[in-house]
Amino acid sequence: MSGIAVSTTINGDDVEFLCHFEETLLDVLRDHLGLMGAKEGCSTGDCGACSVILDGRLVCSCLVLGAEAEGHHIETIEGMATGETLHPLQAKFLEHAALQCGFCTPGFLMAAKYLLASNPDPTEEQIRFGLAGNLCRCTGYDKIVRAVQDAARVMRGD
Amino acid sequence: MGFDPSYAARTFTSVGTRPIRPDGVDKVTGRARYGADFNMPGQLVGRILRSPHAHARISGIDASKAKALKGVKAVITAADLPDLTNGNSDLHDILDNCMARKRALYDGHAVAAVAAIDARTARRALDLIEVDYEVLAHVTDVDEAMKSSAPLLHDTVFTGGVEPKPTKASNITNRTQYGHGDVEVGFKEADVVIERSFKTEQTHQGYIEPHACVASVNPDGTCEMWVCTQGHFVYRQQCAELLGLDVSKLRVTSSEIGGGFGGKTHIWAEPIALALSRRAGRPVKLVMSREEVFRASGPTSATSIDVKIGARSDGTITAASATLRYSCGPYTGPWAMLGAMTSFACYDLKNVKTVGYEVLVNRPKTAAYRAPSAPMAAFAVESVIDELAQKIGINPVEFRIKNAAKEGTKSSYGPVFGPIGIGPTLEAAQRHPHMNAPLGKNQGRGMACGFWFNFGGQTCTDLNIGADGTVTLTVGTVDVGGSRASLSLVAAEELGIPYAQVQTVVADTGTLGYNDMTDGSRGTFSSSMATISAARNAIGVMRDRAARMWDIHVDDVAWEDGHAKAVGGKHDNLSPLSVKDIAAAAAKTGGPIAGHSELVADGAGVSFATHICDVEVDPDTGATKILRYTVVQDAGKAVHPAYVEGQYQGGAAQGIGWALNEEYVYGEDGCLQNPGFLDYRVPVCSDLPMIDTQILEIPNPNHPYGVRGVGETSIVPPLAAVANAVSNAVGIRMTHIPMSPPRILAALEADRRAH
Repeated sequence: MSGIAVSTTINGDDVEFLCHFEETLLDVLRDHLGLMGAKEGCSTGDCGACSVILDGRLVCSCLVLGAEAEGHHIETIEGMATGETLHPLQAKFLEHAALQCGFCTPGFLMAAKYLLASNPDPTEEQIRFGLAGNLCRCTGYDKIVRAVQDAARVMRGD
Repeated sequence: MGFDPSYAARTFTSVGTRPIRPDGVDKVTGRARYGADFNMPGQLVGRILRSPHAHARISGIDASKAKALKGVKAVITAADLPDLTNGNSDLHDILDNCMARKRALYDGHAVAAVAAIDARTARRALDLIEVDYEVLAHVTDVDEAMKSSAPLLHDTVFTGGVEPKPTKASNITNRTQYGHGDVEVGFKEADVVIERSFKTEQTHQGYIEPHACVASVNPDGTCEMWVCTQGHFVYRQQCAELLGLDVSKLRVTSSEIGGGFGGKTHIWAEPIALALSRRAGRPVKLVMSREEVFRASGPTSATSIDVKIGARSDGTITAASATLRYSCGPYTGPWAMLGAMTSFACYDLKNVKTVGYEVLVNRPKTAAYRAPSAPMAAFAVESVIDELAQKIGINPVEFRIKNAAKEGTKSSYGPVFGPIGIGPTLEAAQRHPHMNAPLGKNQGRGMACGFWFNFGGQTCTDLNIGADGTVTLTVGTVDVGGSRASLSLVAAEELGIPYAQVQTVVADTGTLGYNDMTDGSRGTFSSSMATISAARNAIGVMRDRAARMWDIHVDDVAWEDGHAKAVGGKHDNLSPLSVKDIAAAAAKTGGPIAGHSELVADGAGVSFATHICDVEVDPDTGATKILRYTVVQDAGKAVHPAYVEGQYQGGAAQGIGWALNEEYVYGEDGCLQNPGFLDYRVPVCSDLPMIDTQILEIPNPNHPYGVRGVGETSIVPPLAAVANAVSNAVGIRMTHIPMSPPRILAALEADRRAH
């Protein structure tokens, strides 16, 4: 048996899986666990489409080995909404038409969630630099920045 | 009764609002399924072996070791894709590009492929395939490739469009010419003539989703394919022809598409996936890596363009000419032709001449990229327009307004324009506060105009009324950026019912008639026309059903506000019937209620835009910062304004990346040196400001609601707008795109030496 047994927590659930040593966390999420919300756009950590939050830190899951997930807490896009209630970021992305093709959207939502967790009232520039690790080729980022600004207002209760 | 597509003014209820898109929740929760998000039972993993050489003869391929590896289920080469193209040279080029037959023609050209039980086995199998290459001389630069001494890509190419027909083979496949009047006479009438040469480097569409498909070929000849594409009906047609399959037996489903911008209008790996599946007898999933996407799909042309424009001192242009050389990769294309057609379309010119040359180089096959070929031509032309205005001493926007094309103008590419938006976009730009905002040190402002034809094409749409009165609209144009929302709005508008009552879906190729690609900005234009037609047909059916329910003549039934209404005094006692009422009775009045439409959406209205851009250039680093950006564009009628704005903003951002950073970098060996997003730098969020948009609505006379395509024109002006801004900031005319920091520093240094 060449697989590595890994125990981890994903979106609050205990999850166990077997993976090969060269498989990334992105491979595991998509190919073994059926969590396909994280996308592979480059596999080199340049596009951010595979962004997940690992122990409170934003990471590219293509740059984390599956085996490295042992004992850690991982948040993915699949865990962002609460039941039928969308997270304010999800709702504002829809309201502001902040997605066109939508391929980069899960990654942007995870990056924006991480940004607002550490800075609930970011300036436009802080949002732009906070999201600079995520590529979007469709929108020109304008509506994404506005959606994050609006969601931040809602989350602050302004 | 025939469908009348003519524009008729009306007051809109749904069209022009901004509801949430029907596919939205799936896309913010990770549930939307893209090309790589689909699996089939028993599926294998496909991988492609690619040439490491820019140009090489393939003397032999020994795949015996790969085939012997445990877990490998199929290995194929060009021999497994026999030539069934029957003299169709376009199709043969597609076949040869999918897999090299005798020669590898660019770094990244596919030469063999494997299907194995998992990715690691497939990767190991690729390493075991032995290809015997005889390396040949290569050429990657468009100007170098035109020289008579250049290595030839094909010794069978003799330049077309030239009389007498050349007797010596060359890399120039075709020459095209457009224009009218006599430019030599026109230049003699000019007080000022500016002539300049420009270069633009090759860029990639840069969609974030790599190409992906799952193909399954059964022993009985039935096949299925799931694929990310801008046009699954076209993919089906071409794959069937290349593999000798019956079109009807190949059922293709388009996945959600993670960006295309023209790059997903061409088949690349899909025939390989089908051939692997046919050989292995199991479904095969084939997903390109980002490196493969850069090396073997996409790019637009690299260009070399000369422009000459003359004007009188009163600001009237007397003549304009351009020579445009566009790289095509190893196979010919229409790229320089499109550049030659679009170059001067914004202007009303008495004397104009453009000549285009299609040039073969050892680079990936050129693919369409959003208003293909127009941005580079606009860069060259709009740069000279700006310089000419400066030299004459006229404000650049006034100069453009004075010479702008208008209704009745004979366009530089032939047709006479109907009502068009170039003048109004210029006037709106002139009035815009951006135009007169103050600038600081090292800052500059630029403006530019752009044109794109737009396309209509074959379109088929079904509109089905459910038993509860809700509506399913089934379209065959892939939704690349919100068109399901737009088409739901159009169906709601025409039927007179709420948006929420309409659900739009994209059909697979087995459930709807043929549709052309979502290209040429046609998605919303053409499918909305077909939707209106289908809705009118459904209304006809519902009026008939209402007449039966009331037992009156159908001529006494009108359709108003989503209801059948009996007209005439004798029917005063009849309450209007809603869609729901009529649908509920359908089983007793004639069965299911539907409207269909099959049409060729002629009359795509041409589209114009004017952009304004402010930059600041750091003279120490050569880095350019975009400070402010404004897009003014004619939409005809903005169906869902938020997604129209999104198209304007997205095109501008792509153009800014092209203008400042993006380029294919080739080494002396002819190999691509930057096939990844780290070294091929597309704009990120912190590179850009908000992108201000202004939507003008000059109705397209050939669409019932006045809709024009909006997707492509927004990428046409930015190269020139940014170049004019940078040139104004540094006081030097920039003639080479992208204006990356090293190029700007070199220009500043050359200027210092010259003065």
